[in-house]
Amino acid sequence: MKFVDEFRQPELISRTAEEIRRLAGSQRHYRLMEVCGGHTHAIYRFGLKDILPENIELIHGPGCPVCVLPMGRIDDGLSIAQQPDVIFAAFGDMMRVPGTQGSPLEHKARGMDVRIVYSPSDALKLARLNPEKHVMFFAIGFETTAPSTALTLMRAKAEGIHNFSVFCNHVTIIPAIRAILDSPDMRLDAFIGPGHVSTVIGCRPYEWIAKDQDKPIVVSGFEPLDMLQSIVMLLRQLKAREAKVENQYKRVVPWEGNRAALRAMAEVFQLRPYFEWRGLGFISQSALRLNDKYAAWDAEQRFAVPGIRVTDPKAAQCGEVLKGVLKPHQCKLFGRECTPEHPIGALMVSSEGSCAAYHNYEHRKAAMASSLTSIA
Amino acid sequence: MCLAIPGKIVEISGDNSESALVDVAGVRRKIDLGLLQDDKPVPGDWVLIHVGFAMSKISERDALDQMNTLRALGEIDGAMQEVQGYGLEEIDIDDVEMDDAEPDDVEVNDAEVN
Repeated sequence: MKFVDEFRQPELISRTAEEIRRLAGSQRHYRLMEVCGGHTHAIYRFGLKDILPENIELIHGPGCPVCVLPMGRIDDGLSIAQQPDVIFAAFGDMMRVPGTQGSPLEHKARGMDVRIVYSPSDALKLARLNPEKHVMFFAIGFETTAPSTALTLMRAKAEGIHNFSVFCNHVTIIPAIRAILDSPDMRLDAFIGPGHVSTVIGCRPYEWIAKDQDKPIVVSGFEPLDMLQSIVMLLRQLKAREAKVENQYKRVVPWEGNRAALRAMAEVFQLRPYFEWRGLGFISQSALRLNDKYAAWDAEQRFAVPGIRVTDPKAAQCGEVLKGVLKPHQCKLFGRECTPEHPIGALMVSSEGSCAAYHNYEHRKAAMASSLTSIA
Repeated sequence: MCLAIPGKIVEISGDNSESALVDVAGVRRKIDLGLLQDDKPVPGDWVLIHVGFAMSKISERDALDQMNTLRALGEIDGAMQEVQGYGLEEIDIDDVEMDDAEPDDVEVNDAEVN
């Protein structure tokens, strides 16, 4: 297994893998979903699937905020930035996400003022530096990122900076998990819980998964040993017919979460009644918008937004891959029309998207294997 | 983007200790401490950073492990690019002394988001 030597205690990794094989046996087929994109990326990068027994299936969840953003929202954000003297500011991983008229980067090439920022506070700084322009920050992310946007808005309000607004696409993880569990075509046994979202929300919000849905969930770190230990903990629960929330990532994740971050979110945001998730459809109370106290900084209230729903290209099966119903390579466009160099859907643009992750690592494996046989 | 970046606090700044100079693998940038107001770090502490904000305090051991993990995931370049970009350092502006008016004490509701 790759990278074993780069982490401490490689023998422990082997022993944990052994324990997984022992616990998994051969009779039962286990379906475990990892929720967050960071874990999806880790699974492929570390080749974890190769050391897990065949009867453990890892299903990729919707925890990639770029991937679940419907194309129409990108169009909406870009339409605001088409106004004169508006600067479109967003994180790097938004820049290549395609809207119907192209990605932000493509709009930049056509003359739109598009800037990469690495922090929402830098979008605010742009506003301070450009008083004659308006800076619109295209905000995305789960609860890991939302508190930083919230704090930035609090600072904007406190400083009276009005040439700044946020186009808010923050989404919340719990309703997505709920939608997955409610979906008729999903059969899951347990969850590997998100690592860094949990530093904000803590472990308590997952309790209903164990209590009401009777499924174990283990909040996990990102090292190979973390993920393997989390799988051991899940298997132990499943075999004992238990269902509870466990925290494997105790060294980083506090059970109660980060109260200052939760306070900031409560100060600035309110839940949208519903929001459209790419592939999952409309989910109620699953996304954030600025509340009335911050209306003056809400891009959707300051600017008219087309709000047109855009369906994905027919052949693209982003929705089914997002739900874990299809594996990436089972989408008809995968590796052909849709590649990381020329992405059709968001799961190929973001490095956390299952299609990009699958393409980069599995494809390389197959290419290596075929080149080895041609040498032999 | 999901993963946080470990950094060592060099210096605390701001009226309410709301920002800090942090060192990430030799690169020094200012980050926001607003999310750690309940558990303020001091110079020498290690924190996990995400989009320019300190998210939590961690041990030095765990910080070094996190760097290893980022490296193993092939994300170290992206992480360093992010850190180097903090404060718009890549933007080509004159070295202007920004008149950063200090914000008033911000009232926060002591209510948790559902």
